[in-house]
Amino acid sequence: MTLALETTDLKVQLRLDDQWFTVCDLSRLIPGRGVAALLPDGRQVALFRDRAGELYAVDNRDPFGGAAVLSRGLTGTHEGRTFVASPLLKQRFDLLSGECLDDDTVRITTYEVRTA
Amino acid sequence: MTATPGGTPTIVLVGHGMVGQRFLEALAERGLTATHRVVVLCEEPRPAYDRVQLTSYFSGRTPEDLSMTDMRFIADHGIELYVGDPAETVDREARKVTARSGLVVDYDILVLATGSYPFVPPVPNKDAEGCFVYRTIEDLLAIEEYARTRTTGAVVGGGLLGLEAAGALKGLGLTSHIVEFAPRLMPVQVDDGGGAALLRTIEDMGLSVHTGVGTQEIVVDESGAVTGMKLSDGSELATDLVVFSAGVRPRDQLARECGLAVGERGGIAVDEQCRTVNDPHVFAIGECALAADGRVYGLVAPGYEQAVTVAATIADDESEQLSFTGADLSTKLKLLGVDVASFGDAHGTAEDCLDVVYSDSRSGLYKKLVIGRDGTLLGGILVGDAEAYGTLRAFTGSVPPVSPESLVLPAGAGESVQLGPSALPDEAIVCSCHNVSKGTIRGAVTEHSCTTVPEVKKCTKAGTGCGSCVKVLGQLVTAELEASGVEVDKGLCGCFAQTREELYEIVLALRINTYQDLLDRYGRDGARGGEGCEVCKPTVGSIIASLAPTIGASGYVLDGEQAALQDSNDHFLANLQKNGSYSVVPRIPGGEITPEGLIVIGQIARDFGLYTKITGGQRIDMFGARVEQLPLIWTRLVDAGFESGHAYGKSLRTVKSCVGQTWCRYGVQDSVRMAIDLELRYRGLRSPHKLKSAVSGCARECAEAQSKDFGIIATSNGWNLYVGGNGGATPRHADLLAQDLSDTELVRLIDRFLMFYIRTADRLERTSTWLDRIPGGLDHVRDVVVEDSLGICEELESLMTDHVAHYADEWATTINDPEKLARFVSFVNAPDTPDPVVGFVPERDQIKPDLPLLSIGHRPLEGSAQR
Ligand code: SRM
Ligand SMILES: Cc1cc2nc3c(=O)[nH]c(=O)nc-3n(C[C@H](O)[C@H](O)[C@H](O)COP(=O)(O)OP(=O)(O)OC[C@H]3O[C@@H](n4cnc5c(N)ncnc54)[C@H](O)[C@@H]3O)c2cc1C
Ligand code: SF4
Ligand code: FES
Repeated sequence: MTLALETTDLKVQLRLDDQWFTVCDLSRLIPGRGVAALLPDGRQVALFRDRAGELYAVDNRDPFGGAAVLSRGLTGTHEGRTFVASPLLKQRFDLLSGECLDDDTVRITTYEVRTA
Repeated sequence: MTATPGGTPTIVLVGHGMVGQRFLEALAERGLTATHRVVVLCEEPRPAYDRVQLTSYFSGRTPEDLSMTDMRFIADHGIELYVGDPAETVDREARKVTARSGLVVDYDILVLATGSYPFVPPVPNKDAEGCFVYRTIEDLLAIEEYARTRTTGAVVGGGLLGLEAAGALKGLGLTSHIVEFAPRLMPVQVDDGGGAALLRTIEDMGLSVHTGVGTQEIVVDESGAVTGMKLSDGSELATDLVVFSAGVRPRDQLARECGLAVGERGGIAVDEQCRTVNDPHVFAIGECALAADGRVYGLVAPGYEQAVTVAATIADDESEQLSFTGADLSTKLKLLGVDVASFGDAHGTAEDCLDVVYSDSRSGLYKKLVIGRDGTLLGGILVGDAEAYGTLRAFTGSVPPVSPESLVLPAGAGESVQLGPSALPDEAIVCSCHNVSKGTIRGAVTEHSCTTVPEVKKCTKAGTGCGSCVKVLGQLVTAELEASGVEVDKGLCGCFAQTREELYEIVLALRINTYQDLLDRYGRDGARGGEGCEVCKPTVGSIIASLAPTIGASGYVLDGEQAALQDSNDHFLANLQKNGSYSVVPRIPGGEITPEGLIVIGQIARDFGLYTKITGGQRIDMFGARVEQLPLIWTRLVDAGFESGHAYGKSLRTVKSCVGQTWCRYGVQDSVRMAIDLELRYRGLRSPHKLKSAVSGCARECAEAQSKDFGIIATSNGWNLYVGGNGGATPRHADLLAQDLSDTELVRLIDRFLMFYIRTADRLERTSTWLDRIPGGLDHVRDVVVEDSLGICEELESLMTDHVAHYADEWATTINDPEKLARFVSFVNAPDTPDPVVGFVPERDQIKPDLPLLSIGHRPLEGSAQR
């Protein structure tokens, strides 16, 4: 896997089991927009940063449509909960809990994320 | 196999139609599903669906949309539902029901809700190939299939259902006939006057109506398929398909066979609790029941009332003792665009009653009100204009606060009065399907804090039946909210209390050029400083883009903050497809392209393995590009002189053209040149919704300009400009805005028109809906953009001049910007690895998305850990 170039920037890291996995420089995250990351075991994660600098990470796959595209959705807040709306059919997912705001039987995996 | 009740009493419901489903809900509402075992035998291959809206299948509603059964409701209440397994026998002595599958269920209470079957008159060959009835989804599917290769259809029966069926046949593209034995259409609901108005309107729509004649025989060819029908007046009608809609008969066979009493003309005889007169353990509800008042009701509302009565009787609750003693037969339908409604005592059978009639057969209007001696409204018939149905029906049984004459006169005719629902007494029944009064609806708003029609529907069930009361419901909810001081929220979304138009004005007047600034200064209290949402971000992004040069914002949609506002498609400057790949649409102005251009597109598509298709917009779409391929593809396209076609943006799509004067022997102007000029002028213009245009070289209209947001048709003196046309889901023909314009006049007028639209339209409002919504409609728009009544034309033109002067191709800008290009990767930490979920399989010599791959879900990428 070709990792992003080493710089002195802050790194975004994801918690995988017991270790932190470095994804990219913080500067690659535009506030309000996501990026996708590939994990060593093939899973895909969608990472987001909000305008307050908070980071979020959820599974990248849209459970309704099947494609791995949640990182390309628009983010927003609904009743205080930060969400991403799938670019396919616009269902919204809470970025902290993974719950789908439009169908409470659906939930996506979330990941712990930090900068280091 | 025998299913034995384990101590808990068992309720068996035979028939899972509309009334059966309502019965299950009524059981659940009273907690009876917890105390009883509930078994449902459903004959049809699908659980209960909305039969009343059956015909809406032909306007695009799918069987799933029509479903009334929430499988979660069934599961949550432990209801045992056997789909496709009808009851075959009932042993009343042993209290057992046997189903077709062999399942035997012991019951304590048996509820029959078997509905009715369409009556087919016993004419020769009535069962021939091509003969149908109109009752179930399966009937519709069969008719649709058969009609595919046929041209003519006839409906036997001109009643309510017959007209619906005829409308459906017409919708399927058949030449349609209606044969009715009675001397007028809808003989049950309307009188002779109403029938005449109806006949005229229906004939004007191209349906042939034959009243006062019976069907004597179905004529078939040697293979046994329908070719026509012989009528009682000796004539023969050629037709490929016959739909019988000559009334319905109660399905009481099962009841007869087990010795229950049925009426002379059918129907299972029941008392006021809907209990069969012979067996206290058996009930009958819905269309199969002969009610205590001696009638069989063929409408859903009385059936619902019966369902609730039986549930209440089973619950045996002192506080809720219901009985069914009869019901109102009001109906409203909108078929083929004609409104027909009848309510209450429509035929004036009450003693001493009087009529008030307004009739204008020239415009197909007929309205009759039946009034009692004391001024009480008893009933009525409305044909051609049933606007007032909801309110009038609710007033039935009381004395309306204004004179009856004023209620039937057409709007604008001196005396006419629009009686608003606010004048209704609280007891008035607004929704007759679910028997919901105005008081209950007001209560939903004031006591249960509902603030929208969907909430009120959920809370009261009003409006969830035939839907005819929804309009009044909306008016009541708004009135109630306003009365209780709640300002009805017209805001764009949860973040902004302003409409799109108001935000546009703020952005323009104050030169606000970032979304955050707008949100933090003008957002709702809780939203300031927040993230915004998926509704307002692209809306404001679009406003900023439309006004970019004027307000000092960057005109490039991926610059700075703007990148985060764009819908996903705009962010990648391509259209997302179902598997996560993208389509690429280069602009082909006016649809004109050189052989070299075609070759380049062909080579690129071949080199990247893309699926190619000619679009409905006169250009070429290449599908299946992975996100990291987009910059490579565009580098080659830009090199060859192509630019973005904005297939992804809410902006100008295409200006289609016909070949016009240059080649066509009829052409009177150079339509291709004009189309190219216009496409190049307005390309990249961000707007509330997409914009489409076309230019035709003469009135033959080969470019279909009248279906476009702005369409141009050549005349020998110049150009006619049409606006507000739409294809899509709700087609609308464009209106003529101005005639015989010169090139310059045309362009100037379009500049003004587009900028005025961009300024005042709502989010995702095409010009067609905008034109229909704004006060004053086309005349107002003409005043503003032609006569300059608001004095803003100069500003509109200068905004457009700014746009034109600052246009730059977004793809050319992007491929020259390394920072932006870095976004076009599947994975931020593995830019060279393509997304493994994007897979393709072959089809017709090209590719298509691999759908099984999508449904598999997460699949680890082989060997990725080692790379
Ligand atoms: C590609 C194309 C179909 C084709 O294979 O021919 C197409 C494809 C899409 N159309 Fe269309 N429409 C295409 C011509 C049309 C036409 C025909 C025309 O323009 O003459 C119409 C009817 C005319 C009209 O718009 O009034 C049309 C009416 C729609 C509508 C309904 C609009 C409406 O007002 O009702 C939508 C939905 C919407 O925009 O909300 C839609 C939406 C879409 C979307 C964007 C749906 C989506 O979000 O995925 C499709 C994506 C295109 C893609 O991925 O590249 N498309 N669509 C056509 C592209 C034309 C082009 O070159 O740009
Ligand atoms: C095209 C159309 C338009 C209509 N429009 C209107 C309208 O505008 N307004 C209005 O009020 N009404 C309208 N109706 C009538 C309305 O649909 C009926 O009044 C309503 O469906 C009656 O409900 P039900 O449950 O009694 O019967 P149904 O909905 O017919 O349900 C009975 C069910 O029982 C099943 N069944 C029968 N025998 C057995 C058995 N032995 N075992 C198991 N299952 C069995 C049947 O297959 C059926 O599914 C319309 C009907 C049609 C067909
Ligand atoms: S619209 Fe008129 S000029 Fe254009 S192709 Fe058709 S017939 Fe010819
Ligand atoms: S009157 Fe039929 S839904 Fe209300």
